[in-house]
Amino acid sequence: MSKKLVVVGAGMASGRMLEHLFAADPDAYDVTLFNAEPRGNYNRLMLSPVLSGEKTYEQIVTHDDDWYAANKVTTRFGEKVTGIDRDRKVVIGDKGEVAYDKLVIATGSNPFIIPLPGHDLPGVIAYRDLEDTEAMIALGARPGARAVVIGGGLLGLEAAAGMAARGVDVTVVHIMGHLMERQLDESAGFLLRRSLMEKGITVLCGANSEEIVAGPDGRAAALRLDDGTELPCDLLVMAVGIRPSVALAKEAGLAVGRGVHVDDQMVTSDADILALGECVEHNGALFGLVAPLYDQAKVLAHTLTGTADAFVNKEVSTKLKVTGCDLFSAGDFADAANREDIVFRDPSRGVYKRLVIEGDRLIGAVMYGDTADGAWFYSLIKDRTDIAEMRETLIFGPAYQGGAAADPLSAVAALPLDAEICGCNGICKGTIVDAIAGGATDLGAVRAKTKASASCGTCTGLVEQVLQLQLGDSFKMPAAQPVCACTDHTHEDVRRLIKVKELKSQPAVWQELGWKTPNGCHVCRPAVNFYLLADWPLEYADDPQSRFVNERKHANIQKDGTFSVMPRMWGGITTPDELRAIADAADKYNVPTVKVTGGQRIDLLGVRGEDLPAIWADLNRAGMVSGHAYSKGLRTVKTCVGSDHCRFGTQDSTGLGIKLEKVLWGSWTPHKVKLGVSGCPRNCAEATCKDVGIVCVDSGYQVGVAGAAGMDVKETERLANATTEEEAIELTIAFIQLYRENAKYLDRPYKWVAKVGLDWVKERVVDDLDSRRALVERFEISQSVYRKDPWAQHVATERKRYAPLADLTLEAAE
Amino acid sequence: MSWIDIADIEDIPLRGARVLKTAMGCVAVFRTGEAEVFATADRCPHKGGPLSDGIVHGHKVTCPLHNWVFDLNTGQAQGEEGSIATFPVRVEGGRILIDGTAVGRRSAA
Ligand code: SRM
Ligand SMILES: Cc1cc2nc3c(=O)[nH]c(=O)nc-3n(C[C@H](O)[C@H](O)[C@H](O)COP(=O)(O)OP(=O)(O)OC[C@H]3O[C@@H](n4cnc5c(N)ncnc54)[C@H](O)[C@@H]3O)c2cc1C
Ligand code: SF4
Ligand code: FES
Repeated sequence: MSKKLVVVGAGMASGRMLEHLFAADPDAYDVTLFNAEPRGNYNRLMLSPVLSGEKTYEQIVTHDDDWYAANKVTTRFGEKVTGIDRDRKVVIGDKGEVAYDKLVIATGSNPFIIPLPGHDLPGVIAYRDLEDTEAMIALGARPGARAVVIGGGLLGLEAAAGMAARGVDVTVVHIMGHLMERQLDESAGFLLRRSLMEKGITVLCGANSEEIVAGPDGRAAALRLDDGTELPCDLLVMAVGIRPSVALAKEAGLAVGRGVHVDDQMVTSDADILALGECVEHNGALFGLVAPLYDQAKVLAHTLTGTADAFVNKEVSTKLKVTGCDLFSAGDFADAANREDIVFRDPSRGVYKRLVIEGDRLIGAVMYGDTADGAWFYSLIKDRTDIAEMRETLIFGPAYQGGAAADPLSAVAALPLDAEICGCNGICKGTIVDAIAGGATDLGAVRAKTKASASCGTCTGLVEQVLQLQLGDSFKMPAAQPVCACTDHTHEDVRRLIKVKELKSQPAVWQELGWKTPNGCHVCRPAVNFYLLADWPLEYADDPQSRFVNERKHANIQKDGTFSVMPRMWGGITTPDELRAIADAADKYNVPTVKVTGGQRIDLLGVRGEDLPAIWADLNRAGMVSGHAYSKGLRTVKTCVGSDHCRFGTQDSTGLGIKLEKVLWGSWTPHKVKLGVSGCPRNCAEATCKDVGIVCVDSGYQVGVAGAAGMDVKETERLANATTEEEAIELTIAFIQLYRENAKYLDRPYKWVAKVGLDWVKERVVDDLDSRRALVERFEISQSVYRKDPWAQHVATERKRYAPLADLTLEAAE
Repeated sequence: MSWIDIADIEDIPLRGARVLKTAMGCVAVFRTGEAEVFATADRCPHKGGPLSDGIVHGHKVTCPLHNWVFDLNTGQAQGEEGSIATFPVRVEGGRILIDGTAVGRRSAA
């Protein structure tokens, strides 16, 4: 007589297990199959194609009534198992008990619901079964319907894309900085996000949900974020993760951790009860993808039929089932020793590939845009193939051993013909291409014919690349100095491409300009960070991690790892109260050296990193702010006493200096910027060797620029004569903004002016009043973000970053 | 090994670092990815630069004082004679765990 087998849960895992069981021995067991869902086994993975309309439910059923009948399976669908009595060896269903000799628990998992206020309102669903899918499909039938999906992982994105395909207006809210952060790095996340936006899906990253708001009908009507944003919706889908469904096993007293504990034979702590699927925990591991579950199904069937077998957990691979978003990820990206990254990007095709190699083995692979080789990489990972021989060409895949390196020209090749190459003269790529076709075969000829690169010259590299693309080998590219080993582009190219391609994040730059490293290096990151914040002050958020320590910690690091603290003294003017506060701070924090600097202010040298927020808070209380003595930004405005006191003074040089410092402070620039204002040509403030130096005369103000007194010494050149203070200030701001928008990172103004020519600067800053006004306006927009005291901001929000992460010496001493 | 929970992963900014004080001296804990961390000695073998103040890129850090670049996996300086100690560290459920034995934490007993 056959033994009685009861299976709880008709899901992906149990369906496969039954197939193996009947194949091994069709008569070994009389099977009773329970399922809480009112249906039998179907392919849960395929719910997404059902949602998007590419498949019907009927097409994804894996086992139908005929199959159950043929295998004599007693089905109890739509009936939940509520208890297991292990003493009597019976399971208790909603409609009665069934006795078992062997019991298999295959209850899968439950979607995790974040306990936000409002999470239990009608209109809030998860994405797990056919009912959820049908609710989303129904939404698509309503014109103008809106949905919010919380969670930017696999499930959330498939739900979002499916609903969008049905015409729903979808917003995805993701708490992390980029989508699918567990599988993807930032560049692939950027590409994915862009593809989804192209499908009309709104994607909000770094967004924290706060509350689900009910509408007048008592259904979920909007999601509120912690920044106050309200996202109206008719349906809210939460896809933030799953938890193994263990309640049944736990109540029955089986050993349960995060999942139901099973051994290598899939047997639980009770020898007659086995388990498999997402509900189990094996050697500390949980499961969320089907591949390992299929292995478990085979092992469990073998155990039931007395064949020796053991489950081994292998690497898994992931694919996103969203049409038009080809994404593949496999293996491990988490920490391990001796790893090396290989990155390949083809910006013109939107392709990104990254391999992670450890020793001579491939251990991880991510690809976006072109996933054709995914299976091959996956097999190399799974089989732990020795890849030493193929290392150099591995990234090109099996078909391309011995292939060429990434093409540095691809970013330029990908630009459309109407993309502007020369911003100064408004010349687009098409005009240059036409000129080349018309016989202009070198830079000089293109310049003569189109004026492209004839002005500030920052687009020279791009024009040369267009020449190279059009003429191929017959054009010899002059060797231009790339930013660093991460890229083949020059600083000038990067700046121009950030503008024309409207790149607004670092991952966008790395991907679209074909960076060769995953996320840059200490040379390019500060430059790119500056270019982005200078061009997109409102859209791009400054990245402190791309800054040198001085700018990240708003203090100058010293040779012994301590810091210096230098408050601003506007125009060199101070007060007894400020001096007292500085003296008190020096005492309180045991500052070893107090020095008057060459920039007319006082430096407190040797402050401990951990004390920085406290000393700043003290100085802030006395009304002082950061002096930015550490920044590629405005440093000091040196002044002399001027007409207030000096018998030769012609204008209020101190007053003008203070005004200038107050408008300019906080701004980031390609290199540091220092100003001087002297009250007469005796020039006691040394204005004629500053980045901008103003010398007051009877008739007004002589504004000079591009001086130097550091490694080079150079007198300023006259930009213009101004008759009023306002005009002198406007000229200064416009000059600095032009420098911010165009100079190469780490070029002081004198170096930049030497490249573009003073005439080019004058055209924009002096002669063309509209251009001057526009420059001042753009500077003001940027200052609306950056004219703030970073010390006060860090005291308020970043304080803990200055303290140790933890102190284990304290615990050890206890 | 004895894993000790030291902090939440979000306590370290992406591509940033923080200092952990231990009986073995200061240890720099780096966050190179959303859920990827490394731990090394904080002192640069060149002239003692605090590596936790360096710029973190890929699996590397650049010393803030004179730009030596270290591989966080091996501790080896790139193109220079010199290396730093590395310590086992991992992320689990959003928490950072470090090997207490390696950083010299004596047991409380
Ligand atoms: C504190 C101060 C010296 C002093 O005791 O007076 C100083 C100190 C430093 N200067 Fe300076 N410079 C100081 C005035 C100057 C001046 C004079 C001036 O500003 O009138 C110059 C010449 C003018 C100029 O800017 O070119 C000057 C030209 C430099 C240079 C060369 C810049 C160049 O383009 O040639 C550097 C190196 C650099 O920036 O790359 C430099 C770099 C440095 C650094 C930041 C070196 C470093 O990277 O660690 C020093 C930081 C010491 C510290 O830990 O605080 N310092 N430095 C002065 C601070 C002025 C202030 O109140 O902000
Ligand atoms: C929309 C979607 C897309 C997915 N896409 C992929 C993919 O592309 N690739 C991939 O590898 N994985 C994917 N997955 C994950 C995959 O579907 C699961 O890993 C797999 O279904 C788990 O199988 P299981 O048998 O453990 O659980 P399930 O398939 O969930 O089956 C468990 C069944 O048990 C029933 N049950 C639970 N408790 C009881 C009880 N007390 N009494 C009776 N019945 C009960 C449940 O109703 C359920 O039907 C996807 C999942 C979803 C939801
Ligand atoms: S002159 Fe040289 S040594 Fe003196 S503060 Fe400037 S950078 Fe340092
Ligand atoms: S101290 Fe680190 S490089 Fe000099």
